[in-house]
Amino acid sequence: MDFSLTQFLHELWIARVPIAQGLGITVVSAALAIVVGTVLGIGVGLALTYGAAPLRALVRGYTDFIRGTPVLVLVLASYYALGTAGIQLGPFQAGVLALAVFCSSHVGEIVRGALQAIPKGQIEAAKAIGLTFSQTFVSVLMPQAMRQILPTWVNTAAEMVKASTLLSIIGVGDLLLASQEAIARTFMSLPFYLFAGLLYFTINFGIERFGRFVERKTHIPS
Amino acid sequence: MDYALNFAVVWRSFDKLLAGLGLSLLLAVGSIAIGIVIGLVLGFALVSRSGTARRLAGGYVTVIRNTPILLLVLFVYFALPDLGVQLGGIESFVATLAVYSGAYLAEVFRAGLLSVPKGVREAAQAIGMSRMQINASIIAPLMLRNVLPSLGSTVISLFKDTSLAAAIAIPELTFEARKINVESFRVVETWLVASLLYVGTCTVLAALFRRLERRLAIPR
Repeated sequence: MDFSLTQFLHELWIARVPIAQGLGITVVSAALAIVVGTVLGIGVGLALTYGAAPLRALVRGYTDFIRGTPVLVLVLASYYALGTAGIQLGPFQAGVLALAVFCSSHVGEIVRGALQAIPKGQIEAAKAIGLTFSQTFVSVLMPQAMRQILPTWVNTAAEMVKASTLLSIIGVGDLLLASQEAIARTFMSLPFYLFAGLLYFTINFGIERFGRFVERKTHIPS
Repeated sequence: MDYALNFAVVWRSFDKLLAGLGLSLLLAVGSIAIGIVIGLVLGFALVSRSGTARRLAGGYVTVIRNTPILLLVLFVYFALPDLGVQLGGIESFVATLAVYSGAYLAEVFRAGLLSVPKGVREAAQAIGMSRMQINASIIAPLMLRNVLPSLGSTVISLFKDTSLAAAIAIPELTFEARKINVESFRVVETWLVASLLYVGTCTVLAALFRRLERRLAIPR
């Protein structure tokens, strides 16, 4: 198939509104998923580290189940299956929920890993000088854990942007679906996919760079 | 709400789900096998002395890792034919996942290569081995044994990525599950069973890798 750059730019100009909207939906859905997923994930991580045994087992089951299931299956299940439970969600809400749940299991593991990496002796020492658990957590454990959590967490954000493309499969008009619609109209699959890819790459590359920056900043100088 | 669980429909099509799972595993094995070759080449390039090789491999890894896999799958299947590269569904998906996994495995192998102590290479040089001999028979085996834990988790996550083949209508597990879902409306049952099949497979894979890890652990 032959087409020139001007032709593509012309078609891109015609499709500029849906594609810009799609980009917005991609960013918003990923951002929402990250925020909700992080809040849930911190709970998951705390439960995995300090929870009572039954709670820990329950949460462990949850994370193992989520982590063993492909995101696409989570998205489809959340879209199709929640309706039967009486929860009517549109594709956008169902998709963001699935991404958030996926994100929470990842953040949970990151938080657990970071908290468990702190030597037990520090908790004992904090107890010995009379700190309560919440005091210990806020001023001893959290500052150290944060240094480990932040860089990995930024990578999770990039994962979420990538995973948000899966929402196009259940009909959310994200960047990918907007591009596909433009392709269906113009048959210019190559340039439109490349353009979408370039946009995704730019966002994720930015996030990755930011992650490197955070890593440098949080690195404990030795 | 009134929704009584009824697994009968799902059990009736269970053989289809299993066949789907089989295809998922085949897709994963095929693409990861090619991906390991790509990953090894890139991994060695990432730690090579040549700046050009490092930059080329680094560029590949950065581009692939920052692009959504669904976009890559659609690109290879729908856009490459415009360039004259016509691939069937399965071939195109395996090619895509191989290229994709190559980038992730390259990072795994790079970390592994850096973890091999320098003295090992120096010792091999001292007994007169060539660079190729050292890399192939000393460094690579040591590195592979070192990276087994992260190799395992990468392989599991790549196995889960085979679900994206459903987007180009390859009848693997997710595609079959969606079909049963649409035909029977036994939504909860279908997705529960499909997820459990994925979780079960991942658990088995993880157990296999742990066993392999113990078997091949470098004695200290």
